[in-house]
Amino acid sequence: MARITAGISTSHVPAVGAAVDMQRTEEAYWKPMFAGYEFSKKWMKDNTPDVAIIIYNDHASYFGMEIMPTFAMGIGDRFEICDEGYGARPVPVVEGAPELATHLAASLILDDFDMTVLNVLEVDHGLTVPMSLMFGTPDKWPTKVIPLPVNVVMYPQPSGERCLSLGKAIRRAVEQFDGDLNVQVWGTGGMSHQIQGARAGLINEPWDRKFMDDLVNDPENLQYKPHLEYMVEAGSEGVELIMWLIMRGALGEKVDEVYRFYHVPASNTAVGHMILTPKE
Amino acid sequence: MKPDFEQFKDIPGTTIFTIEKARQGFWLNQFCMSLREEANRKRFLGAEREYLDEWQMSEQQKQAVLDRDFQKMLDLGGNVYFLSKIFASEGLSYVQAVSTMTDMNVEQYQAMMLGGGRNVEGWRSKKERGEA
Ligand SMILES: [Fe+2]
Repeated sequence: MARITAGISTSHVPAVGAAVDMQRTEEAYWKPMFAGYEFSKKWMKDNTPDVAIIIYNDHASYFGMEIMPTFAMGIGDRFEICDEGYGARPVPVVEGAPELATHLAASLILDDFDMTVLNVLEVDHGLTVPMSLMFGTPDKWPTKVIPLPVNVVMYPQPSGERCLSLGKAIRRAVEQFDGDLNVQVWGTGGMSHQIQGARAGLINEPWDRKFMDDLVNDPENLQYKPHLEYMVEAGSEGVELIMWLIMRGALGEKVDEVYRFYHVPASNTAVGHMILTPKE
Repeated sequence: MKPDFEQFKDIPGTTIFTIEKARQGFWLNQFCMSLREEANRKRFLGAEREYLDEWQMSEQQKQAVLDRDFQKMLDLGGNVYFLSKIFASEGLSYVQAVSTMTDMNVEQYQAMMLGGGRNVEGWRSKKERGEA
């Protein structure tokens, strides 16, 4: 049977992707941030999954305002890279996992999670920056990917409760898949940041750190945090953190914390990153 | 559940992009989406007014784009991820564009970020700040 072996959370700042693409990771500004991912890259070499389910949001890159799915799943066999206005990132095309993805999408819909099914999808920095952070700059990505875009841009976003229970449903669905697959779930975005208005540049380190603690130890209470609190305390774009709850829900009741990293700033954003494994 | 769009109005210096704002800004944001293509970016930068006139945007929205008044664009239903296509067309970074919405210049803004970012204390509520 397929099994979920780890959860990864990480910010997905576009400027981080640009720093990788322009070989600026050794510069004084970026070095401390990339140093925080060295452990993870090594860990990932030893724990490369067959499939990573990557929970992220599209940033007006593929979806316009014509269609705004709350939860969607890419079930195609490949996903091209979006041009987000600066030209597409020069990273390898992302390979899909259609067999597991069709099983997952169908299972989730039957479990009352009304996923939008995407046979065609182009992916943006929300998905590719975490891959660059975890895998570096290979010619071909070492894992297949099931993209799971979530609307976190337009209010109302899905609730925290809904996100955590979607994660739980993903866990059940993966375990019911016939096929011996090592699967990881990645929750991306955050941490505190606001990139608009007179309050832009907001960072709230104590709140971010508490969020990481609660994600590990107390997700059942964390799920009730209202959108308003994310927006006030972690900035209008900090609400992306609800996507970490989906990852956490997929890991089961108790987890081991393998690694944690926190750094300010990357561009306008607080960078947070965790590796968690289910406690069996 | 009845939606509460009012709850966000007390956050200082912040425009929450709600489903209502999305309706208001639909064509502004669609215009931005067109700038994902290099050919359109060139055409827009070559003749901005003509390019904007191809979209069903309000005169105010068009003027805000011409003025690169990002706060005004937010007020008129724009969302920053969409608006980023405008400044990306000109090769500007998020930091460069975002700082224009604050009372700082880009150097001051960068320095604030390197110093740990804007402290949330004092920035939670308009009422608290005496702005409401
Ligand atoms: Fe994001």
